[in-house]
Amino acid sequence: MLKRIYAVFLARNREFVRDRGTLAWNILMPVILVFGLAFVFGGEGRSQYTVGVLQSASEIDPGEHPFLESRYIDFVPVTDEDDGFRKVERHRLDLLVRFGDERRYWVNPESPTGYFAERLLLQSDAEVGGQMQKAQISGDPIRYVDWVLPGILGMNMMFSCLFGVGYVVVRYRKNGFLKRLRATPLRPLEFIVAQVASRLVLVLIVTAFVYFATHVILDTRMDGSYLTLLLVTVVGCISMVSLGLLIAARVTSEELAGGLLNMISWPMMILSGVWFSLEGAGPAVQGLAKAFPLTHILDSARAVMLDGATLPDIAPSMIMLTLLSLAFLALGAFYFRWGPD
Amino acid sequence: MQIALEARNLVKQYPGVVAVNGVSFKVTEGTCFGLLGPNGAGKTTTVEIIEGVTPATAGEVYYFGEPAGRRFREEAGIQFQNTALQDFLTVRETLEMFQQLYDRHADLERIIEDCSLGELLHRDNRKLSGGQRQRLFLAVALVNEPRLVFLDEPTTGLDPQARRNFWTLVQRIQANGTTIILTTHYMDEAHVLCDEIAIMDAGKIIASGAPDALLRNRYDGLVIELPLEDLSRDLDGIDHVVYENQGIVEIMSTDVSASLEALAPRVGSLNRIKIRQPNLEDLFLDLTGHSLRP
Repeated sequence: MLKRIYAVFLARNREFVRDRGTLAWNILMPVILVFGLAFVFGGEGRSQYTVGVLQSASEIDPGEHPFLESRYIDFVPVTDEDDGFRKVERHRLDLLVRFGDERRYWVNPESPTGYFAERLLLQSDAEVGGQMQKAQISGDPIRYVDWVLPGILGMNMMFSCLFGVGYVVVRYRKNGFLKRLRATPLRPLEFIVAQVASRLVLVLIVTAFVYFATHVILDTRMDGSYLTLLLVTVVGCISMVSLGLLIAARVTSEELAGGLLNMISWPMMILSGVWFSLEGAGPAVQGLAKAFPLTHILDSARAVMLDGATLPDIAPSMIMLTLLSLAFLALGAFYFRWGPD
Repeated sequence: MQIALEARNLVKQYPGVVAVNGVSFKVTEGTCFGLLGPNGAGKTTTVEIIEGVTPATAGEVYYFGEPAGRRFREEAGIQFQNTALQDFLTVRETLEMFQQLYDRHADLERIIEDCSLGELLHRDNRKLSGGQRQRLFLAVALVNEPRLVFLDEPTTGLDPQARRNFWTLVQRIQANGTTIILTTHYMDEAHVLCDEIAIMDAGKIIASGAPDALLRNRYDGLVIELPLEDLSRDLDGIDHVVYENQGIVEIMSTDVSASLEALAPRVGSLNRIKIRQPNLEDLFLDLTGHSLRP
């Protein structure tokens, strides 16, 4: 029995080691992840809360209040009060605080992280006399589920598009199905368009089903137009499928394709604001996030659903998504190969 | 009859290997042309260059006098040696999908009947046997009513019964006037199906022509076969070409009586001696000096 196990073990190891692309990827992936995460969440460790400090100055003075000396909290200067309120409402800030003569703070009662940040603030404030006043944010507070729903739908869309297209195309190439198609009058662009259209329809149906089921059961917030939201979904889906096609343009190993798709999808999931806002992250990280289609999809979807944004409001993100899609499709079509040759 | 296909000086070079080395041939419309040779001879690479799925290092392909292009893709039907179909699709769905890729459409029901797929139409592609898959691959190659059909090792892995059924099918297609290019390492298959053949070895064509003409030109006599173990003495002094292949000694003889007379004192018994016509396998052995490599 051991002999047979060893024979299969050895064969699999040889296969793995001789597949240079996959081998290189398996070595590179952890290195990229470690350095990438160190870059994104570098410094003194990952902060747990993001607190806006309402003040006119662009620099925060930690000596102003003991709360500002707390570790693992990102303090972000906020100069515009209304902007600060909106960020608290939309879970982009856990808390908004004003120090000085009239100490005051604003918290979203629907925010779990806001609750803990508030406890920490009040503890710190007790050390200096407990002057801090709680203030209400006008309007309906946005629940976390309202905020996170677009993130979950977007993430699901991302995985479905990237893996459902990228991985499948690589499998088609590996098992010779693409070669079979190549021998027909089918052109690469026709094949690509068919893949995009197929995934688009599937994703739209699945996303619509999940959205409306959630909407009915949890009474999620929808302040904008469904048509605009549909447009965001269509444009976003096309950009994701295009990205999947670009990754799959030449790869012949499913393992390598899986690695590359993970390399793309994980940073997007972390940096695009699926689960938490990147408010307070460094400008380089925020800039990087803007290069990801998922960031634009989520920003637009949240703007439509939570703020009632119209098409002109989200036009910059739509334009960016369209440009990204065109770039991915052009590169994908340029690099596309039917077979491994 | 027109020249349906012409390959001119095809070359395919991989790092350190010349897989196809200056291959040229012409195929007349309505005929079955066989590209023969052992595994690794360069047949599949040659055919894939012609089909346009493998880029050539050098050389040109002409289809009815024009460089092979869009019209060729529309009018050619291809059965690949190694290919896959989409999972979860039934046989009928697969045929319909491929048919939609062409402007030319054959009568699907006739193809289904010709390829004996009637009872398999609603079966998942993944659940077909080897022979059934080959019949489906052939049917896929026919969905566009092709003027030219490529069959790449179509019967490899099939049992003898399935092979013979497949031959009948190919003969039926050819009877409709379709040009066929067949690659195979089965010499009997080529002899049965092909009007003309080209024998390849190590990336080159080493002989070409009609099978019977090639044999007639090369041989004037019969082959005597006897088991090597029946020989009691060596064959020195027998003035004929001698091969030893898998324990069988083959002697090309223009005078069978004289040969048997010369053999008699060298063999224990004549009971296991066979006399037959020379075939393409003999020709291949003769031309290359080695047997068909597995």
